[in-house]
Amino acid sequence: MTMATSSVVNPAILGATVTRILRQLRHDPRTIGMLIIVPVVLMGLVYAMFDGSPTVSQTLLIMLGIFPFVIMFLITSIAMLRERTSGTLERLMTTRTGKGDLLFGYGIAFGTAAAVQAVVASACAYWLYAMSTAGSGGLVVLIAVLTALLGVGLGLACSALARTEFQAVQMLPVVVIPQILLCGLFIPRDEMAGWLSALSDVMPLSYAVEALQQVGANAEPTSTFWIDLVVVAGCVILGLILAAATLRRRTV
Amino acid sequence: MTTDAITVSDLVVHRGKVRALRALSCRVRAGRVTGLLGPSGSGKTTLIRAIVGVQVVRSGTVTVLGEPAGSRALRDKIGYVSQSPSIYQDLTVLENARYFAAIAGVGAAAARQAVRDVGLASAADQLVGNLSGGQRSRASLACAIVGDPPVLVLDEPTVGQDPVLREELWDAFRQRALAGATVLVSSHVMDEANRCDSLMLIRDGALLADDTPAAIKRNAGTDDMDRAFLQLIRQGASS
Repeated sequence: MTMATSSVVNPAILGATVTRILRQLRHDPRTIGMLIIVPVVLMGLVYAMFDGSPTVSQTLLIMLGIFPFVIMFLITSIAMLRERTSGTLERLMTTRTGKGDLLFGYGIAFGTAAAVQAVVASACAYWLYAMSTAGSGGLVVLIAVLTALLGVGLGLACSALARTEFQAVQMLPVVVIPQILLCGLFIPRDEMAGWLSALSDVMPLSYAVEALQQVGANAEPTSTFWIDLVVVAGCVILGLILAAATLRRRTV
Repeated sequence: MTTDAITVSDLVVHRGKVRALRALSCRVRAGRVTGLLGPSGSGKTTLIRAIVGVQVVRSGTVTVLGEPAGSRALRDKIGYVSQSPSIYQDLTVLENARYFAAIAGVGAAAARQAVRDVGLASAADQLVGNLSGGQRSRASLACAIVGDPPVLVLDEPTVGQDPVLREELWDAFRQRALAGATVLVSSHVMDEANRCDSLMLIRDGALLADDTPAAIKRNAGTDDMDRAFLQLIRQGASS
């Protein structure tokens, strides 16, 4: 019944919400710095670790999909939890702000931040760490932004389940780490035991990683690539619907 | 002309196992400042949350400007300040005000005016997180009055304010009421009661009295609001 009140987006309020979230981010230069620099440094570690092995390029490519997912999941779940605990969410629920304005506001604002991060990280991967892909770098960035939105969607949904900051942070090992373990970063998915690969099949990150591998191996986007893209986009929408369902105007 | 802007009928609210409101009924009129007074834990905040439409209620009705509380038609008509300053700590005062102005559908000029109205013009560009407690709650107030909503619901807005500022805030509430707004202000400080046009005294989730401050004191046979409150509790217990 709360779903019935979930409103269409009001462009003015959505715009104000995006601006507000980006302003909050701008007042926190340290977070911006970490958003941009940490992926580059971590990729540098991997590059040094593999030391010229031919698999380094494939690993860096997968990392480009994992970073935005993990980081945006964390940032979103904390930001949303802060909205709940500070009372700003309750206040917004007494105003014309619709659920859509708030959720899409987070999606657009953090998606923008993720796009900047993805462009910098991809550029460094290609030029500093000699990553090479058969397909276009633009597609790599596109997938990175989609996995970021996946992180935002899941973060928004999971923050409803957390009552405290401690719980919110614990959502990372529950929701995110299994996806990293099973996405094909450590062992190719077709070499996993049947039940593991089945688990991997229901995890959205697996599809993002597969899409990246498709770009890595093929000059032109393959049909597998497009299907993966649709699956990930579908999961983003699913996450937002889940988040809308957990957002209540009235609380006890 | 005064009319009922807020009508609460037989409102029952449970919070956990506690009955926070026990079939409470009351009315708040437009064009005056109504004080909601009672000790901490008496149900003030629960009643206020029900009026702004964010509280799950067990039974009873709450009507604001002729609409059920929380309905869509009311969402640009209520300015709400919760007890904790519910604004963004990592934005400046003006940035907060501009955000809530945009939601209310008014421009940046209205945001600046609201910040001036609460006496924060000189701190407009400071981050809310760096302000004192009193300044924070005034910044929160600025975000509620921006756009001039016809109904103001303020949960303990004067806590932690210095006496001069408190005086100014009450003057500001009165001016808004004179302009036709409905102003409901909660407080647990009894000496603030005398500043209200009418008073609702609440204890244990029930209404003890609903009258003008003068009438309440007269009925209790005392000039002191604290004593009057005590007297009302005793009368309630013996009847």
